[in-house]
Amino acid sequence: MLRYLLQRLLATLPVLLVVAVVVFLLLHLTPGDPAAIIAGDSATDEQIQRIRAGLGLDRPLITQFVIWAGNVLSGDLGESFFFKMTVSELIRQRLEPTLALALCTIFLSVLIAVPLGVVAALRNGGWLDRALMAFATLGFSIPVFVLGYLLMWLFALRLGWLPVQGYRRLSEGLWPFVQHLILPCVTLSVIYSPLIARVTRASVSEALTEDFVRTARAKGLPERRVILRHALPNASVPIVTVIGVGLALLLGGVVVTESVYSIPGLGRLTVEAVLARDFPTIQALILLSSVTYVLLNLLIDLSYLVLDVRIRYR
Amino acid sequence: MRVCRLWSLAWLLVVCLDVHAEEAGKVLRVAPHSNLTILDPVWTTAYISQEHGYMVYDTLFARDARGVFRPQMVDRYETSNDKKTWTFALRDGLEFHDGKPVTSEDVIASLRRWGQRDSMGMKLFSFVEAIEPVDAKSFRIKLKEPYGLMLETLGKPSTNVPFIMPKRVAATPPDKQIDDTTGSGPFIFKRDEWKPGEKVVYVKNPRYKPRAEPPNGLAGGKVAKVERVEWLIIKDPQTQVNALVAGEIDIIENPAHESYASFKGNPDIQVESSPVPRQAILRFNHLHPPFNNPKVRRAAMAAIDQTAVLRAQVGIPEMFNTCFSVYPCKGPFASTKGMEFLGRGDIKRAQTLLKESGYDGTAAVVMQPTDLAVIAKFPVMASQLLRQAGFKIDLQAMDWQTLVSRRAKKDPPTKGGWSILITNFTVFDLANPTAHPLVGAGCDKAWFGWPCDAEVERLRDAFPRAGTDEERKAVAEKVQIRGMEVGTYLPLGEYITPRAARRSVSGAIDGFLMVLWNIEKQ
Repeated sequence: MLRYLLQRLLATLPVLLVVAVVVFLLLHLTPGDPAAIIAGDSATDEQIQRIRAGLGLDRPLITQFVIWAGNVLSGDLGESFFFKMTVSELIRQRLEPTLALALCTIFLSVLIAVPLGVVAALRNGGWLDRALMAFATLGFSIPVFVLGYLLMWLFALRLGWLPVQGYRRLSEGLWPFVQHLILPCVTLSVIYSPLIARVTRASVSEALTEDFVRTARAKGLPERRVILRHALPNASVPIVTVIGVGLALLLGGVVVTESVYSIPGLGRLTVEAVLARDFPTIQALILLSSVTYVLLNLLIDLSYLVLDVRIRYR
Repeated sequence: MRVCRLWSLAWLLVVCLDVHAEEAGKVLRVAPHSNLTILDPVWTTAYISQEHGYMVYDTLFARDARGVFRPQMVDRYETSNDKKTWTFALRDGLEFHDGKPVTSEDVIASLRRWGQRDSMGMKLFSFVEAIEPVDAKSFRIKLKEPYGLMLETLGKPSTNVPFIMPKRVAATPPDKQIDDTTGSGPFIFKRDEWKPGEKVVYVKNPRYKPRAEPPNGLAGGKVAKVERVEWLIIKDPQTQVNALVAGEIDIIENPAHESYASFKGNPDIQVESSPVPRQAILRFNHLHPPFNNPKVRRAAMAAIDQTAVLRAQVGIPEMFNTCFSVYPCKGPFASTKGMEFLGRGDIKRAQTLLKESGYDGTAAVVMQPTDLAVIAKFPVMASQLLRQAGFKIDLQAMDWQTLVSRRAKKDPPTKGGWSILITNFTVFDLANPTAHPLVGAGCDKAWFGWPCDAEVERLRDAFPRAGTDEERKAVAEKVQIRGMEVGTYLPLGEYITPRAARRSVSGAIDGFLMVLWNIEKQ
């Protein structure tokens, strides 16, 4: 098991190296010059050249890569060209909103989607199943910005119950923190819940046809116990996988939701960094995203050991 | 039922407490036009950094609502008979945020640094023989020859504004950004609360001693009437509008043109009456075909119709006006000379001119920034008009930052360069031939597009040497006439994006960059 874990962790290194090289090259080959962007609209060519030299962008590409890679290996993600602060500090500032939004969304989505999926599986083919799945399809199809504006209009502008936009840190108080998270979390949950609900329905439906469920029922176990102790645990591997992938996607930043609700998270930072050609920030964000994906996938794989005793890693 | 009532009561209580806490704080919340990332208004030309500068720093002179330059930090000044020596004395009681007095040494160091970055500053310093302190509160500028734009230069209202910083800060090399935001302006920047991309915070400067005169444009008393100002970076235009309607913010600096219709029926929202106009501009690349031929440029200038492009871009008739002048149409140098048939959409004349020019059908690459709503439609309409005149147009869509990088490229349009660039400037930046970056034709030293004409440069150089207002007007007019003959650029008219604010906000200073002194919040 430990060997497997080490192998998986070591296997991430080439992945990260490839990501780093490809991202670095892509960024530097893409049209766009951070010096021109920083200099402003009325800047002259000479001013831009001076800024470019100051940022070290006039050096050969290989030199720039070696310096950057060396700094990353020593734990220094560099300084943002655009935000004039260390990239680590910038990410630290933006991590909390994204983390809060992701965890809240996943919590809410699981709370809604898993029971719905189970109910739909139990009523497979019935009107309740069809209604739930139609609702899930609708939720999955509606564009996030449309839903965001609709919820904003109803709960913030018409009813005045919740704020339109912004984010309050937990340190500013529990209520403002929760108040500002409700609408974005609900918006994202409407998108993620159908995904989890559909996978739950399919897995539980399949588990319900298995022999062990028939045996459990034949033994006279109550239906609730059959579902909770036998069907659901055996159906949980795909459900956990989709939850994990959803969490990874959310942690990478949800650009539209963050823009609509003006949440200063990693998604907005990524867009701002890309538009400003802020190379150190983009590189760090993509590396962070890759590490998050790899680690979450590893955690998902490890969770299978707990969820399904038949699985063994060597 | 009882539980429901309890929940409702608790909810109401929490909301009320929240509102009271905010009101008690006298906080003004503003959605600025852009994110503030660069804190050095001398290092960058970005407008948002200039607006940050007006919060934190003060200026020696300032432009009033009628365009007159009045003393701001300066108490009195005098000029020698030969106009070659200027002596300035600072007001009493000027202090930096750290409590240290503002001295002539601070002023000289600030002017020297700014004079190495700004075009008008460079022009002034090319006339300067010496700049020296007289005593702690007075300084003297000795000139090699009279310079007719002294007050206009020291009171320059827009990029780059000559803000006064402490000497230790102004000692920063002009190529490096400053780290220390100590100023002597009406607000203090809260660095510990600054989160780029999220929030910028200023608090009232208790040490600031405003002038006794009432506020008048950028001149007069700068009285901070709120305790705290927060700039909230809200990127989405619709969310800005929703936040204003919900009362979460008090001012939107630049609402999208599409938003104004929704403000009209809302009694809680007011729209600023006379904001500073922007001039839309069309710039040719003079280095490569087809616009390296002046006759081709003239044909294109005849084909473009200001009314058509402004209608397509802005849409609201009361928010734009045609302006056949390179200078602001409400400024002292406005003139239509040299633009008699330009910018009026005279397609037949354009077709004739194009035929006479020997145009060989080379495609003109027009850059269109699709992500910048305030400009994005101009290139589409301009391209269509040019096609009607017989031009072959290659309209290329890109994001604004790609455009900003690409415009600096001197390569041919077929190898990553460009032919036509369309953008806008606030009219402050185009106030006179010395400040105006687009009438310049200094070849490599000119703004992107690099027009090259010795006569334009000779006339521009004569402008600060002109002794009277009449002489200046005459020189400015000659610059325009020659500039239009050469085709340095084409003005596309003026348009505005008025600020929107809640009715509870009063005292906003109209017609300038966003300055937030004098504003009260009920």
